[in-house]
Formats: sequence, structure tokens, C-alpha cells
Amino acid sequence: MESVLPKSLQEALAALESEPDATLLAGGTDIMVEVNLAGLRPAHVIGLRRIDELRQLEGRRIGSGVTYRRLENGEHVALAQLSRTVGSPQIRNAGTIGGNLGTASPAGDALPFLAALDAEVELASAKATRVMRWDEFIVGVKKNSRQPGELITAAILPEHVPQRQAFAKIGVRSAMVISTVSACLFRDDDGTTTIALGSVAPIPLRPRKAEAMISAEKSPSQAALAEFARLVSEEVSPITDHRSTEGYRRYASGVLARRLLERCL
Amino acid sequence: MTLDQATRVKGGIGQSTIRPDGIPKLTGDFAFVNDLFAEGMLHAATRRSPHAKARIVSIDIAPALAMAGVHTVITQEDVPGDPLFGLEDRDQPVFAHDEINYWGEPIAVVAADDRETARRAAAAIEIEFDVLEPLTDPEEAERQGSVFRHMKIRNGDQDLHGEVVVEGYYETAMQDQAPLGTEAGLAVPDGEGGIDLYGPSQWVHADHEQVYPCLGLAPEQVRVHPSGLGGAFGSREDMSLQIHICLLAQITGRPVKMEYDRSESFTGHVHRHPSRMWYRHEADREGNLVRVEAKIILDGGAFMSTTNAVMANASYFAVGPYRVPSVQVDGYGVKTNNPTCGAMRGFGAVQSCFGYESQMDRLAEKLGMDPVGLRLKNALAPGDRIPTTGQLIETALPAAECLEQVRLMPLPPPLDSDDPRHLPGGTGLTTPRSAVKRGVGYALGIKNLEFSEGFDDYAEASVVLTPAGAEVHTSAVECGQGLMVVCQQIARSALGMEHVAFVHDNTSDMGSAGSTSASRQTQMTGGAVLEAARGLKAEVLKTHGGDDLNDEGVWRDGSLVATMDEVCANGPVTFHTQYRHPPTEPPNETGQGNIHADFAVAAHRAVVDVDPELGLVRVVQIDTAQDVGKALNPQSVIGQVEGGIMQGVGLATMEEMVVDRGRILNANFTDYLLPTFLDAPNVEAILIEQEGSWGPFGAKGVGEPPTISSTPAIVAAIADAVGKHFNRVPVRPQDITGVL
Amino acid sequence: MIDITLTVNGEDRSASVRDSESLLTVLRETLALPGSKPACEQGECGSCSVVLDGELVCSCLVMAADCDESIVRTVEGLAQGDKLHPVQQAMLDSGGVQCGFCTPGFVVAAAHYLDENPDPSSDELREELSGNICRCTGYGAILRALEGLAQR
Repeated sequence: MESVLPKSLQEALAALESEPDATLLAGGTDIMVEVNLAGLRPAHVIGLRRIDELRQLEGRRIGSGVTYRRLENGEHVALAQLSRTVGSPQIRNAGTIGGNLGTASPAGDALPFLAALDAEVELASAKATRVMRWDEFIVGVKKNSRQPGELITAAILPEHVPQRQAFAKIGVRSAMVISTVSACLFRDDDGTTTIALGSVAPIPLRPRKAEAMISAEKSPSQAALAEFARLVSEEVSPITDHRSTEGYRRYASGVLARRLLERCL
Repeated sequence: MTLDQATRVKGGIGQSTIRPDGIPKLTGDFAFVNDLFAEGMLHAATRRSPHAKARIVSIDIAPALAMAGVHTVITQEDVPGDPLFGLEDRDQPVFAHDEINYWGEPIAVVAADDRETARRAAAAIEIEFDVLEPLTDPEEAERQGSVFRHMKIRNGDQDLHGEVVVEGYYETAMQDQAPLGTEAGLAVPDGEGGIDLYGPSQWVHADHEQVYPCLGLAPEQVRVHPSGLGGAFGSREDMSLQIHICLLAQITGRPVKMEYDRSESFTGHVHRHPSRMWYRHEADREGNLVRVEAKIILDGGAFMSTTNAVMANASYFAVGPYRVPSVQVDGYGVKTNNPTCGAMRGFGAVQSCFGYESQMDRLAEKLGMDPVGLRLKNALAPGDRIPTTGQLIETALPAAECLEQVRLMPLPPPLDSDDPRHLPGGTGLTTPRSAVKRGVGYALGIKNLEFSEGFDDYAEASVVLTPAGAEVHTSAVECGQGLMVVCQQIARSALGMEHVAFVHDNTSDMGSAGSTSASRQTQMTGGAVLEAARGLKAEVLKTHGGDDLNDEGVWRDGSLVATMDEVCANGPVTFHTQYRHPPTEPPNETGQGNIHADFAVAAHRAVVDVDPELGLVRVVQIDTAQDVGKALNPQSVIGQVEGGIMQGVGLATMEEMVVDRGRILNANFTDYLLPTFLDAPNVEAILIEQEGSWGPFGAKGVGEPPTISSTPAIVAAIADAVGKHFNRVPVRPQDITGVL
Repeated sequence: MIDITLTVNGEDRSASVRDSESLLTVLRETLALPGSKPACEQGECGSCSVVLDGELVCSCLVMAADCDESIVRTVEGLAQGDKLHPVQQAMLDSGGVQCGFCTPGFVVAAAHYLDENPDPSSDELREELSGNICRCTGYGAILRALEGLAQR
């Protein structure tokens, strides 16, 4: 195995240009599980945790190397809430938002936040930088659009982020748990509501009909809230696995959606 | 020496004396089996079956042998001695050779220069399988007669009936002991054809009994050493890697180390039997229990392990600590192609307790009685007979007192915080305070202590005087429970000496202490130490004409008549004993007899906060009162109580091996969930000390009762919160919400 | 093999690491520091906790090759000769050690946390240690040990 431990983005991109298929190592919290338990043996590794540019956290821009620990104490309320639920303190000190994007798991904790905002993902190579919307980046279960030679450099939030935002994640125990269902909701002053759910589809799911319906309700009644929940339940497409059942996930999606909205009214 | 005098010796019984292995464990210096190292050691890895049932058509080890760094690859045909091993019955082949009977069954092992090479080589072995349909339904197994043991219990007039009837069906899932230290071992050839084994065992002599025959060696050629264990909880009564590494060491002539990773640990050790239970309780209108019928099926998996004893236990305690004049129990330990099940803390009594305590709550409801009142009305007391076996209860048995004490303990204050760490769902922010319902539930449980049914249960120990102080010698395994310190305390009190060291002896230097399980070591090894210490003191006093002993030497009428150097002038003075408890007997054809050596009871009260809409649970508080006889080290006892309760919390709310057609789907810590710090309830414990047990200074074993009635108390509390009953553990969100 | 140099418990060390092996493996097998434990190798139990460049992490999830020029503190660096670290002493006194397999991870995590937060609430302690699993104690004695320290 060959490893490079660059101290600048430029160095990293140059290394990546020579080895476009190199394994990118930030916090290691996903990759090292593969190494330890699934026999992953990367031939080339580029370690990213010394690169200051990737750790910038400023306004709209969240560097891919920003750890959950920093996000826990950051300015975006829902992002801070979800960050607190990631793994454990040990995991949060090492795990990065870039890693969450790179792994692109259906249960990735940060992904519903980015999806509900229609955030963008910035990728850089030695030759160019490009930006794409989250659902152009995350395209399937653990599948993303990063090309060989590219590195995720940042998540970019929209200029306007509604102040009223909330996150919730269901798990069977109180820490270190992969979500059964998770959700992140934003409600703007004019009633525009977006919500994204995790663990209920191959990629974070935006229930558009539900969003449209509740965005039109300036002061939703109990009936409207129930209808919102019902539509969310209809639009998610969860599976049954060893963690939970399709039926429970579908039902719980609606409950979470309604509760998040209630928090934001 | 009176009890009062005994407790006044510094570091003696009744004190929370610090354990001697505490500091090395805290500094990282303690040598767990996982940490052992020998110069020139090879590393081993196992090849296991990916099928639950299959015929092995062929095994080609050549690709593995061809790899650089591989020293040997062995299969069943390389086993020189007895091809089979097993704890109750030698029914399991060292390696599967023509048929596979469970997923993960070992087929071959490799010894190589390093672990990576060993694992790659093990994976490179080519095996052709003829995959067959596994038997995975335990009820189908019973129908087919695929049964290790059927326990039939009939006590009392079988035609007695009660007017008020409650029937129920219950299930408990497969729990895993999940000790934090995975299985690991080191086998070292002695250069003369023998082997020294350092392995993950709860009973070194039982390992010894199985290892030397398989190796084709004489008993004295194999020495098994009690080693540093990261917990056990029953997972290590059966062997895992011991014979494998001894064979590799024998064949290569090199020390061989093997360490399981977490996934292999789950796969490679036995689990708690999942159960299916059908109950019928009959009572009169005043709430006196008249008759209990129970049918219990425990799925033992592919090999016997300790299924016969676990199932017998579940059957003997199927009714619980209650007086019932008419009892009918049929227990079945069935054989399937599911993963093998065996000992786990509670040993069958856990499964039954969930069954009978669930029934008691339903019966109370039907009678319109308070659930605690119903239990108190029927609770066993000394002088009663065990309702299943008819055995007279001659030990202390404060069942009613435990329950009454628990009921008197203050309830926690109502939920008044919006801090998510105090709400169901925790920092997942799923649940506003307004969505929470609180529930309270009670349960009472009973467990036997020591082995039963006429098993020759004994423990050997020596106490030795040296110029530097006394030594306790035993081969009893310490897996964290505090055996070492309690042995020191007992010896200190019995001798009147402060300087007492604990020395672990291997199987050649000391006889069997029996298993570290069945809540037995404090009573058995502790009993042996007490007997040996008393014997030693008496002998020394007689030899030197003294009337008292302490660290300085022998005294008479207040004067020192022999220093310790003088006492040991001809070398250390040893007193060895083989200690037995009062005899038990095997059951007759209806399960009757003096089956058990001792009993202990405990009561639990659980307070839970539930989010009924999402089915999420937070266990807020568990209060308990436990029958301990005499707390020889109160801090250690509390440690067992709190630790055992947490395993009960796990079974109630989150722990379950998910098995699909014989394959475990969640053999890792991501998906087999153990309770974390944030899941831990507050625990308040009252230790009830009553005389009556034969144990040292009246002590009873304490390890298992906390794990037995804590689970049903939690389930009862959830039921109280949401207003519906549950018939399986763990209780899942979909069970609470009713949305499947 | 990749050569790295790093500082472990204040001492300069060097190691040849094999490919992508973890820092945990290198500590235990190459650097003769077996105190950190491999209970799960997935970051789900905290038994391998160390402080890496000032942050508490699971060493099983750190690639050793990524540790060149890093500063690591393990359980072996907590006591000063015969004098236990206050966290170690407190856990010894409270009964917070049973089998001991989780103990190194707990003392590293707790010592690091209390260093930066000397007066935490019980809830904060429980949350900060929610990445450390104990199967023996039920956490009660560990909490009592640390609450006792927080008051001092």
C-alpha cells in the first residue's frame, strides 16, 4: 500500500491526479470498518485530515473535512441536532460530513439535512471544480457521482436557510444507532416547507406531494397535520430488514414528519 | 470465630475490599487471553460453514497450504484422538467433516506466520457443499421428535382446577452473552509432547477433560491455566477454539495464538435458548393459585451443549416462587439446525420468569387484584415445597419480603425535564414530553444455585501459610465477578490474617473448582477456601499449642509462641480440601426430588417512560431487593446486581440475535445492540441478608437473580404505560405501536 | 510496509506498519502497548479509545499509516509511575472494574473529558461516555466514580 498525507488541497489533488482511484481517507469511520471486517485492502491511500482548506466552516460553505463534533456546536440548528446523534463522541471527533456524502448510505445522518435544503456538493480535481445538487451527487444506495481523480471539497447550503428547522432520528437505543427512520424539516416564514427522510428509500427522500400540500397551509389544522403525515407515509418506500419493518418505517415516517412540523410552527 | 469477629479482620468478609486485579486492569497491564504473546508463536484462523445444513462433498486444503507463510491446515482427519467433544454429551465433532449442522460450524483451521495470512489461507480452502434444507422451526422439531430431552413434571393432584383461568403464549428471543473480551487463546507445546493451554474458559478442568482425549494425550500431558477473561456470562462454558489451537500447537510444535473478532465471537459461542411457552394458570376467586400447566420449548440448535440442564431449569422454575398445589410442566429441549444454544446467566430461569410473571399480571387483571398483592398471597416461604419438584425449602427464601421492600422504595419523581437524555428516543429528538406515558411494573423471580439433579458438584482449594503470609490456591476462573477478592476476604476472616494472596493454579496443580457459573463460586470455591482456612488454622494451632493466629504467628494467652517463620520452618504449611454442598438427587419420572442445592429470590420494580405513538422506551429506574444470605463484599454484590439488571434491560428492550433460516444476520455490535450509558436506568438495590444458607458465612450466590425478574418487570411497566400486554421479548417499537 | 514516527505517551516511537492496519493493531502488536482493546473493531464499543492529536477517537478506526507525526495518548500513559490517575483511583475505589476489558477505554475517555470539563453534570458524563460499552457493571459504579471526581 502506498499512502500520501498531504497538507494542502493542492497537494491532495496532485496526488489524486497521479492515482485517480486512490482511497480517500478522512475520519476513517466507514473505511476502517471495511478494512477491519470486510478485508478491504486499498492499494493507494490519500489521508485528508491535515488539509486546512477542507476544514473550513463558514456561512454557506461546510468543508468536507468538518467533523460532526464541530457541527454539533455550529450555527445550523438541525445540523447540530443530527450531528449529536452520529455514533458516539469518539466517532463524532473523527467522522466528517464529506465522509457521509462519500459513503452515501441510505441511513447517512447528515444527508436528509442537505437534501431538505437542496444543498449542493462541490467536487474538485486537479483540473476543475464542479458543483452539483445533492440528488445529482447521491444517485443510489452507496452510489455517488464522484469520478476518479475527484475529491469532495464541500457541501454548499443555499443562500437562504429557513430559521425554523428540526431533525429527528428513531433508533432502538439512545446512542450509537443506525437510524430506523430519520427526518429533517425546514419551514420558511411564508409556509414553504421542505422535508427529507432517511432510511426509507435508496437515497434521502423528498415527499413532494406532502411538501406541496403543507406549504399551502399557513396555519395548519389538526386535520392538515394528519394529512401531511399520511402523505409522507405514502410517499416513502422503506424495506423490511433486520433492524425494522417496512410497515413500522412507513408509519413512523408520518409521525416524525408531523412532529417535526409541529416543532417548526 | 464469630461472624462479628470475622467481619472485623481488615480486608475480611462484609467489607467492600478492593480487588487485587483492579490496578493492572486500570493501567492496561492486565494480561487478558487476547493480550498473550509467546516467542515464535503462529497465528490461527478458522474456516466455517456458510450453510446451516449441508453435506460436505469435498475439502481441498491445497490452495491454503500453498500460500507463503502457512504452516499447516487441519481438518477432522487430523484429530489424533477422540473425534468428539461436548459439555453434557460428547456429540460434536472437533471439525465438521461429512455434514454441516449449523451455520458457522468449524471445518478447518490454519496456522500461519501472521493473522492476515491465516485468514486469507482459511478463506482459500476449497469446499464443495451439497446444500440441504435446515430444520429451523423448533415446534416442527418437537413434532418430529428431534428432542435432546423432554422433562416431564407432575406434582400434586392433577385433577385440581381453579375457577379463574388465564392462558397465554410467550416467546423470548435468542440473547447473546456478548462479553466484551472476545474468545482468544494461546497453546504452547512443552517440548515433551504436552501442551499448556491458556484459553477463554469458565471451567478449566472441563476444558482439560475434553482437550486431552481429542489430542490423544494422557491427562497429565495437558495443563489448562485459568486465564484473564473479558467477561463470560455463560458463553465460555462450552469450548470454542481450545481444541483447535492445541491441535495446531501439537502438529507444528510451535505456540499457537487464536483470537476471534466480534463477528466470529458471536458465531463461535453458544447463545441463550430462544423459547416458546404455552401457559395456563388457574386460581380460585380469592387469588390462590390452584394449578399451572406449562409447555416450554427451548431451541437448543445443532448440538447438545448444556440444553438438557437449561431446559430442566426452565421446567423446574416454570411456575416461579409461588405455592401451587397442582402442576403440570412439559419441557422440551429440541435439536434444530439453528445456532447452538447453551448457558447464559439465568440458565432457563430467565425464559420461564417472563412466562410466569406475564401470566401473574394477566391473572391479577382478571381477578381485579393488585399484581403485587396476588404475588404476595402466593409467594413461597421456608417450610413450603417447591411447586414443581416437591423439594422442601430449608434455606432462607424471603420472596415476600423482597417484593414488599421493593414496593416500599420511593418512586422516582415524575418526568419534569425536556432534556432529550431524559426522554424516550433520547438525543434523537423523536419525542416531546407531552407524548410520554409512564408505567410501573413488578416481577419476582427464583433461581437455583449450584449444579443440580445429583451432579457431583465440588470445589477444591488449598490455603497455604508461608513466611510472607497466607495464600489461597484455586483453579476457579475469575471472569470479572470478584472471585479473587472474595476468596482473600474469606481466608482473612477465617485465619485472622491480613496478608492473604490469591494464587491461580492450573489443572495439574489443583483439582477442579467446578464451573464459574450457576452463581456457585462464592459458595463453592468460597466454601472450600473457608474449610481449608479453618482446617489450616486448627492444625497450626494444635501443632504449636496456640489459641489464636494472626500475621505475626501463633499466640497463646496473649503471647506469641511461634513466629510465622517458625511455623513455616519446614516449608509452607498447606491445607487442601475438596468441598461439597449438601447432596442433590436426580428427578424421578415426574420430576420430583431434592433436585437443587440452594435457592435465591429477587424482586424488581421497573419504571419506564414510553412514547406510545412511536413505540420507544426509556427505562427510568429499576428498584430491586435481592436475597443474598450474607454480602461478603457489598460492592461486588452491587456490581453483580447492577450488571445483571442491565442484561435484563437488554433482553427486554433491544437484544436479539436475528436468525434467518439458521443464519445469524446481526453478528456485530452495530446490529446486536447492547445498552449504553444513556440507556442505563437508575438502580436502587436493597440486599436482604437472612441466615439459613449453608454457604460461607451464610452467603448465597448473587450473579443470576438480577437478570431473571428484571426483564418481566420492564415489560410489565411498558404494558402499564400503554395499556396492553406483550407476549415477547425484546419488546420492539412495532410491538408497542401495533404497526407491524 | 510503511514507516511512521509518532509520539506515544510523550515518547518518540517509530513503527513499520503493514498496509492499512489500524492504529489499534500497531499499538498492541508493534509498539507493545496492549492496554487498548479490540472488542469490536468497528467503533461501536470504545474499548480501543485513545487520544489522537488532542481528540478522543476509536483507534480501531484510525489507519496507522495516517498517524505519521501524530501525538497519541493511551491508557498506559495515564498513571505516573505508581501513582494512579484520579480517574483510575476513583474507578478502583468505586467497584467500576469487573472484567476490565472496557476499563482502558473508559479511563482514557473519562480522563480526557474531565481534563477539559472538570465539573460536568451526570447527564453530560453519561452522554460523553455513551460510546463506551460495559457489559459487566451496568455503568452504575463507573458513574459514581466519575461523579465523585466532578465534585472535587
